[in-house]
Amino acid sequence: MTAPARLRVDFIACDGRGLCAEALPELITLDDWGFPIVSGRAVPPRLLADARATVRLCPKLALRLDTGR
Amino acid sequence: MTAALLLAGAVPRLLPSEPTDPAGLAGHTARYGPPPLVPGQRQRDALIAEVDRAGLTGRGGAGFPTARKLAAVAAGRAPVVVANGTEGEPASAKDRVLIACSPHLVLDGAVLAAEVTGARKAVIVVHRDVRAVLDEAMAERARARSDRVRLEVRAAAEGFVAGQASAVVQWVQRGVPAPTATPPRLAQRGLRGAPTLVQNVETLAHLALIARYGAAWFRSAGTPAEPGSMLVTVLGAVREPGVREVAIGTPVGQLLDLAGGASAPLQALLLGGYFGTWVDAAEASARPFSSAGLADLDAGPGAGLIAALPASACGLSETARLVRYLAGESAGQCGPCMFGLPAIAGQAERLAEGRGADLGLLHRWLGQVDGRGGCAHPDGAVRLVRSALRMFGPELPVPPGGGR
Repeated sequence: MTAPARLRVDFIACDGRGLCAEALPELITLDDWGFPIVSGRAVPPRLLADARATVRLCPKLALRLDTGR
Repeated sequence: MTAALLLAGAVPRLLPSEPTDPAGLAGHTARYGPPPLVPGQRQRDALIAEVDRAGLTGRGGAGFPTARKLAAVAAGRAPVVVANGTEGEPASAKDRVLIACSPHLVLDGAVLAAEVTGARKAVIVVHRDVRAVLDEAMAERARARSDRVRLEVRAAAEGFVAGQASAVVQWVQRGVPAPTATPPRLAQRGLRGAPTLVQNVETLAHLALIARYGAAWFRSAGTPAEPGSMLVTVLGAVREPGVREVAIGTPVGQLLDLAGGASAPLQALLLGGYFGTWVDAAEASARPFSSAGLADLDAGPGAGLIAALPASACGLSETARLVRYLAGESAGQCGPCMFGLPAIAGQAERLAEGRGADLGLLHRWLGQVDGRGGCAHPDGAVRLVRSALRMFGPELPVPPGGGR
């Protein structure tokens, strides 16, 4: 059994480009200033591949997929 | 001998018991005795275990168990100690008063923290106001050749977030007091990549006493769950504002009495600091000033601060002023904090001035900012505003549509 994966944003690195919310609207929305609000829940298995692709898409390397704690 | 100090439960411990107590090295040694030696691994482990039994927690506001932090840093290679006396919280004066009165206790603590973690160097970062006191104390110690680790004093950066642990490390390292992202934790990778212990100066002073007198003595003041004494800054509508040392769990009303009592009928108290929580003055009065005693008011001692708001003042105006200040103090690194706090401040000002604030929007923004920064700066501002809405909100005229 693998640990649940959760999306995390490094807000110091994040510039609010918004690509993540376009690529993965199921789990990422934008706040009123254009910065991502990620779901704190475990990424469902059917979206794991999309989540990994979205992490690679971030031009600021501010999005990551945390497994473990 | 140190009989008076060793008296179980006696407070003050850190601050002078007489105003005339000298801050010099000779007076310090006469009052407390010399600090113990921590020459080998066994003594180091024993001291960390003693701090653990003492139940000492960080006095900078976060309250993290000190022994766990010491053990984590001691497990790393070539660590370094940073004593945090930045005191970025503008309403607090406790770290400055401590350094001014007991500089050698802080330095003892920094040295012991370095020895116990295996660090060869401790950097003491202090508010500019007390830099000279510490320089003088350092010179005394150099003449006495009493320290076995290298001590370095640095003047702290100005500003609210400059006191945040990672910002202090960045200030020492590159002269920019900006918080950094976690992970990595500072205990793993901090100053110039070294495992770094960042500890508030008051915490280090307590450590210096636990090393001398032990855990049982430390626990003879305070509550079983939150042992020891703490420094508290009381300000606002009291007759004698200032810093006092009290046993943790002393009732809030008694802390106001120690500050000369209220100078006007009181409405509310801000507990913890600018990041704190507004509470009803009458309701809080009998509560122990401790995390447990204030938990159900959604408040806590924070960095040891009580600000008394008179009945004649407007709580919403005070809050709006504080949030506007906090918005200006954002390091400007994280979007939600950089854009969200000014927006929240704007709504708080409209609310205070009765200029048609949008409460629904305000609540929405509080939710969008909370927990979304690299440090706790935005979270603290959100906590303050939410408590203000609870405390002062019922006075508000109900806007069309119920305001939500």
